[in-house]
Amino acid sequence: MLRLCAEALRARGLTAAAAGPSSIAAASYSGLLQSSWFHASASRHAAAADTEGQETITVTFIDKEGKEHTVKAPIGKSLLEVAHDNEIDLEGACEGSLACSTCHLIFEDEELYKKVPEATEDELDMLDLAFGLTDTSRLGCQVLAAKELDGARVRIPAASRNFYVDGHKPKPH
Amino acid sequence: MATAGPALQAVSGLLFAGVRRSSGGLLLQTARSCGLALGRSFATDAADSGKLHVCVVGAGPAGFYTIDKLLKRYGDKVHVTLVDRLPTPFGLVRSGVAPDHQDTKNVTNQFSGLAADPRVTFLGHVRVGAGPGADVSLGELRERHHAVVLSYGAESDRRLGIPGEDGPGVLSARELVWWYNGHPDMRDLPIDLTQVRSVAICGIGNVALDCARALLAPAARFGPTDLAAHALQQLQASGGGREVHLVARRGPVQAACTPKELKELLTECGVAARVAAPEQLSVSAADAAEMKATRIKRRVHELVSKGVADSKGVPSGGEARELYFQFYRSPVEVLRGGPGGSVSGLKVEVTEVRPEGPGGAPVAVGSGRFETLPCQLVLKSIGYRGLPMEGVPFDAKKGVVPNEAGRVLQAVPAAGAAPPAPEPGLYVVGWLKRGPTGIIGTNLVDAEDTAASVIADTDALLTAGRGRAWPQGPAGAPGLAALLGGRGAAAVGWGGWRRLDEAEVAAGKAGGRAREKVTRVPEMLRIAGVA
Repeated sequence: MLRLCAEALRARGLTAAAAGPSSIAAASYSGLLQSSWFHASASRHAAAADTEGQETITVTFIDKEGKEHTVKAPIGKSLLEVAHDNEIDLEGACEGSLACSTCHLIFEDEELYKKVPEATEDELDMLDLAFGLTDTSRLGCQVLAAKELDGARVRIPAASRNFYVDGHKPKPH
Repeated sequence: MATAGPALQAVSGLLFAGVRRSSGGLLLQTARSCGLALGRSFATDAADSGKLHVCVVGAGPAGFYTIDKLLKRYGDKVHVTLVDRLPTPFGLVRSGVAPDHQDTKNVTNQFSGLAADPRVTFLGHVRVGAGPGADVSLGELRERHHAVVLSYGAESDRRLGIPGEDGPGVLSARELVWWYNGHPDMRDLPIDLTQVRSVAICGIGNVALDCARALLAPAARFGPTDLAAHALQQLQASGGGREVHLVARRGPVQAACTPKELKELLTECGVAARVAAPEQLSVSAADAAEMKATRIKRRVHELVSKGVADSKGVPSGGEARELYFQFYRSPVEVLRGGPGGSVSGLKVEVTEVRPEGPGGAPVAVGSGRFETLPCQLVLKSIGYRGLPMEGVPFDAKKGVVPNEAGRVLQAVPAAGAAPPAPEPGLYVVGWLKRGPTGIIGTNLVDAEDTAASVIADTDALLTAGRGRAWPQGPAGAPGLAALLGGRGAAAVGWGGWRRLDEAEVAAGKAGGRAREKVTRVPEMLRIAGVA
């Protein structure tokens, strides 16, 4: 199953916790569901440090200020979870329940974008409301790390003209 | 939980638990001593001229996202005072987002993390303004903070401007939404759904669809949600057949609703979709081109067309829950032919959409042909409006505070004149800044814009603060808390809200519901421990 609705995602977290081996990931995700980002950041950090023993791919997130974060993404995890595990500032207002579009990501490579399983109608309906929509846009909560996405570069769209792109620092005025 | 959080909350809890609005000498004394204690604990803050004190007025999404951006940018060099006129935080996430959209409300987890951060002090039930009900003036907030960010949204409505609009049986969608969402201002809204068989909703945005869902879907849909108990009782008592007319001046391609909400209404609520006349689904050549270019437009049209086609076999009347898409109909008069002048129908004019607006925009043009939609309730869902605050320039035409990238301008810009200068230290964000449009995430973008302006102004703000030397007492939250304490204001700290939150969730759990909202302010204050 490649795309998961909120309930399935939650169920997966719980199932994984019960099963044992992925309990760190599950703990991090349930933390994400039940508490604040601040609250969960410690456990997320711990999870980020520990991807050993898991099959991973490499994903580069380019944040709003143009800074690159190259991280290991365990196969099967959503890019939203991977970003939060690594304390990358990607919003996820509805916590992966496909009720918002704040985890909008833009694939830099169109060929790689095409390898992501196609978006469902429900994802497209939310994606259409995203700020700065492009032809290679997806919701981070709906894209799961998979082998064919190894080396993917995804950009978090910078929202504001005032926000610094390419390392530019505006002067106070 | 962030380590310093509980300690701060405990201190604020102490202060606010000891304060009563109608305080006698003893209580006032308590407040004073607490205020002093609090002042001392923040003495280092006041002396630390490198720390920026920001007050955010309005604890909705725009306010919280602004706080998020400020905390991330300033680290420990900032303290935010977050005030709201209600004892409860989250603005429209609590009182606007539909009860059957609980997932959308997940964002409150993130907001709660921000409010519990030691760099943030939440003060609920603090009314900012100049009127008799106000606890503190904007000037007093500005005297105690380097910057004030107005994020109090849009708490009024656009008017239809047609005869019969004023009086019973005509409500704004906002009033109905606040009512079913348990907003204390609408707790006693005069509405009796058992007397309503047919409703005309003017407008076809997502708020109109939320109202249609509440009125048409089986009440069981809302049982497990946090829809207010007083509204649930009415929905249960008035269940069964009903018709709702969504009245739109223009056509399906101009509809403001989004596909997710439309699909939900058409496929999950046992609704039969109708058009009174087939041409109500027709589109012009320009519309067809627009649909081809824009997926969302195409999808809305497809969903409506399919809904209508799929409902053909469902018999009308009786127990049917019927949704009429009244495209190309402009409201012209609320008919009051019912007993005692009650609403009996909505008179509409049939329109045509022509590219006669500015830049060739599609506008509705009257045809001179009229129809009557029989109904007992008219809802106006044609847009919210911001309300002015004394001492802040206000663009009455747009219902927003004039601004440039979130910096409040000293006056409304006039055509042909030089743009007014920004008012130092005063900012605006969210609906009050850009008008009542967009989704929760839109405020994220907007907050980045306003936060970036605050950040760019940092040096000037700090310099102005040093110049002021805080003559009115300590800077920031402790200064404001002391002022409110001295006035006997019953402010609700984050700890107080958490008590109310837990009580609501516990009461909901007992009844198999997501939450049982407390809908009266005195009870909120009692549970929060401040009254």
